[in-house]
Order: sequence, then structure tokens, then C-alpha cells
Amino acid sequence: MLADKDRIFRNLYGVHDWGLKGAMQRGAWDGTKAIITKGRDWIINEMKASGLRGRGGAGFPTGLKWSFMPKESTDGRPSYLVVNADESEPGTCKDREIMRHDPHLLIEGCLIAGFAMNAHTGYIYVRGEYIHERERLEAAIEQAYEAGLLGKKNKCGWDFDLYVHHGAGAYICGEETALLESLEGKKGMPRLKPPFPANVGLYGCPTTVNNVESIAVAPDILRRGAAWFSGFGRPNNAGTKLFCVSGHVNQPCNVEEAMSIPFRELIDKHCGGIRGGWDNLLACIPGGSSVPIVPAAQIVDCPMDFDALKELKSGLGTAAVIVMDKSTDVVRAIARISYFYKHESCGQCTPCREGTGWMWRVLTRMAEGRAQKKEIDLLLDVAGQVEGHTICALGDAAAWPVQGLIRHFRHDIEKRIDDYAANPHSDSVLVAAE
Amino acid sequence: MSVRRLAAEQPKSFSFNKKNEEWAKKQIAKYPEGRQASAVIPLLWQAQKQAGGWLPEAAIRHVADMLGMAHIRVLEVATFYTMFNLEPVGEYFIQVCGTTPCALRGAEDLIKVCKKRIGEQREVSKDGKFSWLEVECLGACVNAPMVQINDDYYEDLTPELLEKLMNDLKAGKKVKVGPQIDRQYSAPSGGLTTLKGEEK
Repeated sequence: MLADKDRIFRNLYGVHDWGLKGAMQRGAWDGTKAIITKGRDWIINEMKASGLRGRGGAGFPTGLKWSFMPKESTDGRPSYLVVNADESEPGTCKDREIMRHDPHLLIEGCLIAGFAMNAHTGYIYVRGEYIHERERLEAAIEQAYEAGLLGKKNKCGWDFDLYVHHGAGAYICGEETALLESLEGKKGMPRLKPPFPANVGLYGCPTTVNNVESIAVAPDILRRGAAWFSGFGRPNNAGTKLFCVSGHVNQPCNVEEAMSIPFRELIDKHCGGIRGGWDNLLACIPGGSSVPIVPAAQIVDCPMDFDALKELKSGLGTAAVIVMDKSTDVVRAIARISYFYKHESCGQCTPCREGTGWMWRVLTRMAEGRAQKKEIDLLLDVAGQVEGHTICALGDAAAWPVQGLIRHFRHDIEKRIDDYAANPHSDSVLVAAE
Repeated sequence: MSVRRLAAEQPKSFSFNKKNEEWAKKQIAKYPEGRQASAVIPLLWQAQKQAGGWLPEAAIRHVADMLGMAHIRVLEVATFYTMFNLEPVGEYFIQVCGTTPCALRGAEDLIKVCKKRIGEQREVSKDGKFSWLEVECLGACVNAPMVQINDDYYEDLTPELLEKLMNDLKAGKKVKVGPQIDRQYSAPSGGLTTLKGEEK
């Protein structure tokens, strides 16, 4: 198990002071100026060497992302850092803890990241529902200004202004270009890429959008060294990670652990085991609602990291581990996820706008058994037509849970259809298009 | 996507009070010159607060005028983002998270409580105290099931705890925000498994 001294978020549970004084006692803002003095290239190389992969779900190497930003402005456009705190992926509630219990790690990270990408301004986009978290973050930023750590001519040696912005309830704004649209005061509809935000982002200027956790771990990585961070987890899956374990475990919780911790160890050590014991485990969604479900037999000894879960045709995503025991109606559980995507589709692309609702309606019937077996393949076909045919990844995210369900629980759907057909009903069985 | 329309009955006018007007100016100053449209969501949100929890058409027009935006652009924003209530809500507006992680731990039973005590979604109770809505993931999944009432999260609920909460709110009693069971925020309910030592 990861030792407490190797944990980055030492106030994860809000036991201690969230404020500047408490944060400094825990090591925040220690030697920030020295880090900046080492220069941009050193920071980016160290971030690359640490092996940190973005914590927002896609797992793109953070150091590499920073390196895409122009080193200096040749045309007068400023660069921006935007932090994605629009945490909305079902199952995920880690950034919330950082913002309300350890906000200074995030703020310090913003200043360093801002320096590394030549940005003097940063915006943190917090989801609208996190009202208290937003207020906490604003209070912490005010503390940092008062202490001369932010603003013009601050003690850290890099002029930097940091602002908190908020949304108003739209999952799609977690997609980076939708977030930028929203931050500009428009509907959160994703942009076509290219151009990528590093060239044309916020207000048409070079912009990097990073997840809260990716930014908040940066100062500790730079203080303790890339080798320390990359010492945890399997190769290509480095570091420590916040896991959010929800669903049918005895004690759901957030916990920081080493990457690649086996599923069983994560659940036994921190969550009090599976409700009803390990034999009662049905399946797990290991990385937030977008990633495909994995049945019990495959997940129990799986290392929880990007590559191992990819091999299981799933993913680590945001490390939001949703556990389901055998009391779960798995078809309904996935149908509810389909409803989520139907509700959250921005409506810009037809495959997603029409497909998400269609998949939800068919799955809802299948959960009752009120369907025909040939519709299972039809559903799979439609999911495949949504996947990869939309501007942003919401279409993929809506298709993957459906594909995962059919991959592993086809027999369950077929049984329901048989059971339904074996009993007399007054209504006729509908065909797929309703 | 969801269909969102303005309420049939609308107040004739809306304008920010002095305090909110000052506040709005500070918000606009966060963004570069000429980019004041960026403040549209924060301003609409403040307008909703001032109007008593919902966003009248007059408020949408007022915010648009303040930011120099076309009215239709702000209407687009107000109808796109689901936290803008386009019709009146109860004094205590209960948003029940119904997405899968909460559903796995009993969100449907919380919905039954709301139906029994208040009625259908969006209906305001006769005394004006409550209305409710099933919403999508509120990002407190390890404390499921949960509801948001106005600005506050109430977590680790059971139907009994939700009923008690509603009774207490109705009676004007002070209620505890956050986990409704003995638990330190999102730490395991049985006691800490990590970070047990003294602060270092």
C-alpha cells in the first residue's frame, strides 16, 4: 500500500486546515520560485520524465501537452491556461476534494503550469453545481493574492492572474473545446479539431486545457523529482492516482493509491470489500460511465491502470470505479447510463443527437425483455455507427457502455427476451425503431 | 438534449439590485476587454438567485443588455444549460441525482419519497416549500445516494433520512449539510484507511 508520506493529497478528507497556512505546513508553495528559476524546459522535461498522463480521462501525457504551446508570442496573442474542473463523468468526484480540501495545490500548480506554457492568465472552469467548492477555491485564490503568491510581481517570479469561472449544468462542457465555447459565453458545443486549442483556443489564442488533478500533482512532482513519481505504477502508467470507488462496496470512498494497484487490493484495503463478499461481485465499470463494463472474473486481479484496462477493452478513464454486485439489474444500469448521454448530448451531431435517444429507448425495452433477439445486433450496429462519427467523444462515450454490455451480458438480455416471450402479454412486441 | 421552454407566466420587469450590479461589474472585469460575453453564465446565475430560484425572460433580456449581447444569444445560453430554471421552483428545490452510481445505492427510493411528499417533477408543493427534479450526476458518487437542495449537497441518504431532512427544513430547523451519516466527507465510513497520522 502507498505510504502516507508518498501521498500528494494529504488533506483529501478535509481533516486539516484547507487554507494557506495549513497548505504550507503540508508543503505547498515550498520553493515555487526555485522551480520557476530552473526554467521552462526543465519543468517540461521533468513533467515528461515523470510519466504523468492526464487525469481527466484520456490519459494524454501532460508534459507533452504543455510542450505544444508556443514558447513565445510572435503575433501578440497571449497564451492561456484553462483548468477543467467541470467534473461530471458519472462515478467521478475527486476534483471536488482537491478544490474544497487542498485548493492551494491546484493554485500553485496553475502558476507553475502557466509559467511552463508562457501564460500569464489562467481560468478554472468549475461545474455549476459545485457552489461551495467554487467559493472555497475563490477564497484560497484570494489568500494567495494577499500573500503575494499570485498577481503582478509576485514572490514566485512569474506574473500570473488566476480566475474562477463556472458553468451551469452541462456534462458536455467537460469536453475541452465545448468548455472553451462556454467560457466565451456561448452554448457548450464542441469545436472541430484542428485547429487544436494549443494554436487556437480561448478567444482565438493559444490555450492548454488540463484536468484539476493533473495540475494539482505538478508542484509535488517538481519538488520531489520525476523519478519519485514514476516509481509508482507499472511502466507507462506512472504515479499516484485518486480513485473514486462507488456502488456496491461496503465502504465507498475516495482514496489516493499507487497506479496499477490490483482491483482486489483497492477494494479490500479501502472499501471494506464487496457487499456480500467477493463471490457476490457481478461486474465493474472501472473508469467512469463512459468506459465499457468488465465482468467480475476479469476485473478481480486486474492492475488498475491505463494499459491493463485497455487490454480488457475498457479503460482507466478518470479512475471512477463503479462496482456492481449480483443484485444489480445490469441492463437497467446501462440503460440509465444511456439516458445520461441522451440527456447530455449537445445536439450538434446527428449520430449522437438521434443515436443516444434511440439506444436508450431500445435498451429500456430490453431491460424488460420487450424486444426481439435480432435487435441486439441492430443495437450493436447503431452503437458502431455513432462511435467515431461525431465531432467530440460524447458519441463514443455513449456507444462504449452499450457495446460493453452486449459483449459480456448478451446472454442476460436474451434470457429476458425469452422470459418475456414465454409469458402472455397483451401488447405486441415492437420493432427497434419503436 | 432536453426540451426547455420559458414559463407562460412572466414578471414584467427585472433588473439587478445595487449589490448585484456591483458584483456583476467585478465579474465582467475578470475577462479581457471586449470579451464581456464570457460573464453571461455567472450573471444569469446571479439573476436566477435574485429572482427567487428561477430565471424570468426579463432577466435574460436584462443580462443581454448589460453585456451588449443579442437577446437571442442569451436565450440560447439560458435554454442550453440545465441549471437555469425557466419556471418557478419551491423554496427548497430538491435535485435528486438519478444517474447509475446513485441509482445503484437507492436513488429510486429517494425519488419515491419526493413523489409521495411533493408530487410530480417540477410541481411546486401547495405551501410553496418544495419542488423536485431528477438530475444527472452531481459528482458526489462515493457519497451516493444524494440530493442537492438549493446550494447544498446532502449525501449518504436513505428514504428515512430524506424525509427527516424535509421535515426539518419545513420546520425551519438547522440541518447538517454533507454526509447524513457519521462520516468524514468522502473517507470510508468505517474510519480512515489512510492519512491516519498527525498532520505533516
